[in-house]
Amino acid sequence: MDQFTINLLFVGASFALYIGIAIWARAGSTSEFYAAGRGVHPVTNGMATAADWMSAASFLSMAGLIAFTGYDNSAYLMGWTGGYVLLALLLAPYLRKFGKFTVSEFIGDRFYSPTARLVAVICLIIASTTYVIGQMTGVGVAFGRFLEVDSTTGLLIGAVIVFAYAVFGGMKGVTYTQVAQYVVLILAYTIPAIFISLQLTGNPIPGLGLFGTDQASGEPLLAKLDQIVRELGFGEYTAHNGDTLNMVLFTLSLMIGTAGLPHVIMRFFTVPKVADARWSAGWALVFIALLYLTAPAVGAMARLNITQQFWPEGTEGKAVSIEQIENDPAYDWMATWQKTGLLTWNDTNGDGLIQYYNDKNPAMQEKATAEGWAGNELTKFDNDILVLANPEIANLPGWVIGLVAAGGLAAALSTAAGLLLAISSAVSHDLIKGQINPAISEKGELMSARVAMAVAIAVATWLGMNPPGFAAQTVALAFGLAAASIFPALMMGIFSKVNNKGAVAGMIAGLLVTLVYIFLHKGWFFIPDTASYSDADPMLGTIKSTSFGAVGALVNFVVAFTVSAMSKPIPREISQLVESVRIPRGAGAAQDH
Amino acid sequence: MADQSTHHAHGAEEAGKAYWSANLRLIYISLVIWALCSFGFGILLRPMLSGIKVGGSDLGFWFAQQGSIIVFLALIFFYAWRMNKLDREYGVDEE
Repeated sequence: MDQFTINLLFVGASFALYIGIAIWARAGSTSEFYAAGRGVHPVTNGMATAADWMSAASFLSMAGLIAFTGYDNSAYLMGWTGGYVLLALLLAPYLRKFGKFTVSEFIGDRFYSPTARLVAVICLIIASTTYVIGQMTGVGVAFGRFLEVDSTTGLLIGAVIVFAYAVFGGMKGVTYTQVAQYVVLILAYTIPAIFISLQLTGNPIPGLGLFGTDQASGEPLLAKLDQIVRELGFGEYTAHNGDTLNMVLFTLSLMIGTAGLPHVIMRFFTVPKVADARWSAGWALVFIALLYLTAPAVGAMARLNITQQFWPEGTEGKAVSIEQIENDPAYDWMATWQKTGLLTWNDTNGDGLIQYYNDKNPAMQEKATAEGWAGNELTKFDNDILVLANPEIANLPGWVIGLVAAGGLAAALSTAAGLLLAISSAVSHDLIKGQINPAISEKGELMSARVAMAVAIAVATWLGMNPPGFAAQTVALAFGLAAASIFPALMMGIFSKVNNKGAVAGMIAGLLVTLVYIFLHKGWFFIPDTASYSDADPMLGTIKSTSFGAVGALVNFVVAFTVSAMSKPIPREISQLVESVRIPRGAGAAQDH
Repeated sequence: MADQSTHHAHGAEEAGKAYWSANLRLIYISLVIWALCSFGFGILLRPMLSGIKVGGSDLGFWFAQQGSIIVFLALIFFYAWRMNKLDREYGVDEE
């Protein structure tokens, strides 16, 4: 059986499974559509949350980001998991007790202000829409690579599948497909990692293999990796080469942003009890940790494998020859990925060898002059191909590659569905029922939720086909908005008696400073050449625009408390609402609404 | 708190306050550990811990790449277990 047929089989089987679940889990009421009838077991919800949360970025990009930067990108590992501690301790149980359907509904009720609700809805829609573009393009790329269809066709197939289970099943359909998608994606991520860890270290658990011994050299794996990247003039893998303040703020921004992303928060509305919301956050992190403890091993082992492939005789010997790349089956993956344009090399000095080294390092420039090298000849290695190419680099059997294809699609589709659900409930519940037509019947609201979902899928598909040039940068925007506006508003709503004026002023202030700081560095509305600063030389000290969400959150808190202290305290009934949210008793009653 | 009779309303209010401050204390302790393991051991205090070797690197590297995630997990489960117990002790759990 050829590789194409294997890929088709794996992807086709996984899609058939999702459709089967969609038919089984059809939503009949708004409660089922928005919150799966609040009957989801905490472990099931934890698994669905993990699939919802782990996107194309976690599955495809993160290991690559760690592989080529090393220790400094640990910020992603700590940031994208540490947010769950904030979620479990500061938000999830209280929002479950409140017992409504959307994040903006809590903000609107708690701050007795339609304006606050509207600001929250706008933040939510912008954050979720920018986030969904990346998922849709990810679906297109995975299809294009593995099923040999063009990415537009791939995207349309993906959109039809999401349509089937999200429009009819709502939260109920999405929850149970996400459980299936989690199983597919975690197998796809860990199986190749186990093989590679066994090959390199003899340890079947990749997370332990990372700190194990490289069998070929007999040295610790990380020490060996440090040594060879140092010899090629790169910063040591385990060393801290970047700026400390920026690393701290970036980690904190990712944590706060994670806790403030509405599609994650709304998953905690689906469990039966407050106690379940607490357990569920823990289970979500268990399932996420299975991937996140493996990812740093995947990154380090891939970096070692790739570097050694380019220097088969060691860093002091000869580089790999073009002849070997073209004829040795161990290098087949390079030809495959060259076709995508995401991997390129160029024999600049015409010696028939491809030298891969850091040509910006002065010591290496001297060596290059002595050896007759003309700069780094591995001209492009895209971070995103690392996980997909990894099984081929390690020469794993064809079925592993098919599994990875299905896993990448599961990661992108499950996150896209969660985001689309957040958008459609914001439109139908917060905008249509909340602002335009409060008297709408349940049947009418359910219909409008489905229509909103269908429109959201169409818009996301269109954006996925015509991604704006700034698609990659908008992820920073989504996290910045969630960190600077949504998280502080929710936290103050539960833990303080900040009033309506304080909350609105804080949200708008946090939102504006974060937006302006991002625009100053990435261009106004991401239009090229309109940026005054760059992330290489940021406006404030060493703080990059991607790390600014934490600062925006601080501005939000300070402005909210100041304005609140200067205006009328909250009314008695809102004070009682805060007291009741803090106590689990009575959560069941809040369901009927 | 409509489910409680007016007879016990005052006592319930006191219990509610004590419950909330016990919760805040627990959150405070948990967040100190949360920050210490990630921002502390993983980043800021890493140079101080560089003498402690862990499989080819040092303890700070391990905390940044894996240790903090394991601590986060332990924290969430500890908090859930402790809070669900506190709910019952203060009589504010869901029946």
